[in-house]
Parts: sequence; structure tokens; C-alpha cells
Amino acid sequence: MSDDAIVVEGVHKRYGTKRVLDGLDLTVARSGVHAVLGPNGAGKTTAVRILSTLLRYDEGRVEVAGHDVRQRPGDVRRRIGLLGQNAAVDEQLGGRQNLEMFGRLYHLGARRAGARADELLDRFGLADTGRKAVAEYSGGMRRRLDLAASLITDPEVLFLDEPTTGLDPRGRAEVWAAVRALVGGGTTVLLTTQYLEEADRLADRISLIDGGRVAAEGTADELKARVGGDRIDIVVRDGAQLERAAALLTGGTVTDPDRRLIGAPAGDRMATLSRTVRVLEEAGIEAEDIVVRRPTLDEVFLSLTGSRQDDVEVAV
Amino acid sequence: MSTAGWAAVDSWTMTRRELAHWARQPVQVVVGLVFPVMLLLMFNYLVGGGRGVDGDTTEYLVPGMLALTMAFGLESTMLAVTQDLNKGVVDRFRSMPMASGAVLVGRAVADMLQSVAALAVMTGVGYAIGWRPHHGPLAALGALGLLLLLRFAMLWLGILLALVAGRPEMVQAVQILVWPVGFLSNVFAVPESMPGWLGAVVEWNPMSATATAVRDLFGNPGGGAGSWAADHAGLLAVVWPLALLAVFFPLAVRRFARLGR
Repeated sequence: MSDDAIVVEGVHKRYGTKRVLDGLDLTVARSGVHAVLGPNGAGKTTAVRILSTLLRYDEGRVEVAGHDVRQRPGDVRRRIGLLGQNAAVDEQLGGRQNLEMFGRLYHLGARRAGARADELLDRFGLADTGRKAVAEYSGGMRRRLDLAASLITDPEVLFLDEPTTGLDPRGRAEVWAAVRALVGGGTTVLLTTQYLEEADRLADRISLIDGGRVAAEGTADELKARVGGDRIDIVVRDGAQLERAAALLTGGTVTDPDRRLIGAPAGDRMATLSRTVRVLEEAGIEAEDIVVRRPTLDEVFLSLTGSRQDDVEVAV
Repeated sequence: MSTAGWAAVDSWTMTRRELAHWARQPVQVVVGLVFPVMLLLMFNYLVGGGRGVDGDTTEYLVPGMLALTMAFGLESTMLAVTQDLNKGVVDRFRSMPMASGAVLVGRAVADMLQSVAALAVMTGVGYAIGWRPHHGPLAALGALGLLLLLRFAMLWLGILLALVAGRPEMVQAVQILVWPVGFLSNVFAVPESMPGWLGAVVEWNPMSATATAVRDLFGNPGGGAGSWAADHAGLLAVVWPLALLAVFFPLAVRRFARLGR
């Protein structure tokens, strides 16, 4: 039995011949937010489903909240909360009905289940809409209700599987605020995401996973330092000048000829920006657009794993 | 509380969930009850159901429609389970320290209650259009028992199909396929009125066995006797559902427990 909230050792999971998890190792200390960051198909959801007792694994060892998930799933279930990718609430029922039902199923008894439902509706700003059917909720409201359902018993470990995928910016901000509020309470949160920004804003530590195993781990700053920091993107008006413009910048490359896009590292943000504007002006190259931005998940992966993501999704 | 005690409590909570669905969606409940009534009236007044019956066609048709309604309950069970599985709510149930079988028990109890309501409405309408049970309340209760037994067997087949197929498209396929299976029975016409080989297939349909046994218990006209299946309909109406249950109940429970693999 370990003091850590989550211990994963050499876990393998295969579907037929496809290796979804290929020796996953992960240790998450108690309290705080740990992000598992990776592209679609990296094994994030599979890992969460194994950790939350929903899925069996082929090899390895998994302990959550001090209990082995395979040998003592009941003990694990009493100590965890799960926010899956699809809203795991009953859409035909009202918000309060959902929470009360889940409370009963956690064996709180009818009275405490009702009281807890009211408390959580209040806390997540759903008290006014508690009677409405969840089908009529907005995406953000549904996610908050789902989160409330995951917190009925104040879990020691909370799993959030891509909690903001598919939400609009407002819904995303709502979920982020709720997660931040939680961490104060001593809960350990394991968050999976494909958005670097989300991991950056919420997580104390980040594990980058690719191909079913951890490719890199550290704080957001540590990881970004390894990628080489911020980037500058320039859209050049005349496509014929692309190569010449890229050559003028330190480390400049043509990143996308179709969009007439060149890019370069921008370690010292503002200085790089003003230098770039000046250099291009002197060379008589007209820029349509210049942006200094964080590295994208694609770039993090490119630099840390050498493999390129098929589908890049960057939070805006 | 004991494990069994909590299992009962959890099953009741899951049953309440289904009852709450009814309260939220009364129109759906009514449509579900009206649809078989519509079929009954259609076949009684428009299509000419009860072909080849030696006696009152309405008295022949009503018990058949009761059996058909029970068998078609398969669809609503499959649809409900499929929707649950695709919405992620079952994942939440499975990640909670509740009795895992409660999800299925709740479904089963709610569907059986719905079927009791469906039988009440159908027999009520049947009465209004001239159908009568002739052998007293005890025999009538026996008939309703056989009908619910068929429904119970189809319920577990529905759960299994949802767990195996698990997609809304598959529910649609089943909703279409139940029709030929439903018509390949003695619900609408006596087997003797069909080509010989077809009549033989029809007599061995579990739905035919239940329909014939129920007609006997109500004292309604049945098909011509003579074949083994028709003569032993009462036995078959018990054995068929039990055999289906013996196969599909363990398969469904096993499949549900193996959702995590």
C-alpha cells in the first residue's frame, strides 16, 4: 500500500493486436492536479478507464487511493469520482433527480442523498435549474452537473477525462474554475487533455503520453523549456518571398507554404517581435500577420517524441 | 446492511429511475401503450385479422395481440439499454460502489410494470370491442401469467441484444425484423390457412404457443387442433420462455459483467 494517490506500474492493454497501453508508468502524489497530456489515440481514456475500475488491463499493477484496482475494486470505487468524456448523467431526469439518485447509489440514504444534492446544486450554480431535465441544459451546465455527480462522496481521487473537449470557451472557463476550487479541498485530480493550455493552467505536474507510454514528465515550465519556448508565426503576403523571409530569421523555417506561413523560435517574445518586424521591413518583405504564441501540442510532441501528431488541436 | 440488502436497495433505486422517466415523458408512455391498441383495432376492423378462424375473429385476435405485444417488448428493452450504454451513464453506475446487477434488475422491474399496464389497456380495449374471457378469473390470471412469462424471456433477449449490438442502428434493424417474426405466428391467422410447411414453422414459434395457450385459458376460439404443437400449447407456453430464459439470462448477465474487457 502506497502513500501516493495513484501508482501505475508497467501497465499493458491490448485490443486484439493493437497495443493501447504499452508499459505505462505513472505516480501521482496526493493532492494537487496531475495532467496526462497527449494526442487522440495516445491511450489517455484507456488509462482513466483502467484507473476507475471500468476496464481490465492485461499486465502490470495499478493502485488507486491505496487499493489495488483489480483485487479491491469496491474499495477503489468508494474513494474515487469520475468525469468521463461523455456526460455520465441521465438526460431525461432533472439535475436534482440525478444527484439524489447517485447519492442513494452511494448508500447515503434518502435524506442525506437529498441534502447532498441540494448542497452540490448550490455550489455549482445549478440550484435554479435543478428541476429542469438535463436534456435542456447547456453543455457547460451539463458538465458541471456531471462534475457535481463525481463529487457526491468527496472522493480522494477525481478523474477528469478531457473535461472541456467540445465545450465553448465559456463552458471551458466554467469547468476550469470548478476544478481550481476543488484542489483547495485536498482532492487529488488526474486530468487528461489534448490541450496544452489546459494542462498549463490547471496542472501542477504534466505527464506527456504517446503510444501508450509516458514520453516526458514535469511541470509545465520544465516541459516548455524542453520544447524551446514560444514561437513566432508570420504570414508573408507574397508567396515568392517565403524562402528569403525564413532565411532572415534565426531558426526560421517555412512551416506551411499553402498558407504562406513561416515560423521561428521566439525565446524573448517582444524583442523577437520587434526585431522580426524591422528585419522584414528592411528586406522589403510585406507581412500580412505576425503572432507570438506558445508552442503547440504538435510542437511539444515533435520535439519530445520525434513523432508528429496526426490531428493537431490547439485551444483558442 | 448486508450485500443482498444493498443489492435490493440499489435495484429499487434503479427502478425508481425508470418510473421517474415515465413521469417526465408521459407522452412516450402513452404512445407505447396506444401503439398495440392501434394494431389491434387495425387488424380487427381494417385488415381482417383472424383468417381461417372457426368462431369469433375478435376473440381470436385479442389473445394473439396480447402475445405479440409481450414479444415486441423486446424492442423497448433493447432501445432503453442501448440508450443508456451510449450515454455514458452506465459508466458512472459501474464506477460507483453499488450492486452492479441493480442496473439490469431496475430495467427488468420497470419493463415488467410497463407490460402489466400494457396488458390492462389491451384487455380493456379488447373488452370494449367484444372480446370476453369465458373460464373465470383464475384461468384468466393464468393466461396473464403466461403472457408476462413470455415478456420476461424477451426482456433478457433485449438486454443481451443491446449489450452485443449496442448501437442505435441495430435497434432499428431489430425494430424492423420483429415484424416478419411476429407475422410468422398464429397471432393474425390460423396455421391451417397457410401453406403446409409455413404452417408448421408458425406453430413452433414461441409466440404461437403462448397465444394458443392463452386462447385456451380465456376460452377463446383457437386454430384447428391436430398438430402436436397445438395440442401441447400450454406446455410449450411454459417451456419455450423458460428455455429462452435459460439461454439469454446468463448470457446477458455475463455480457454485462464483462463490459470492462
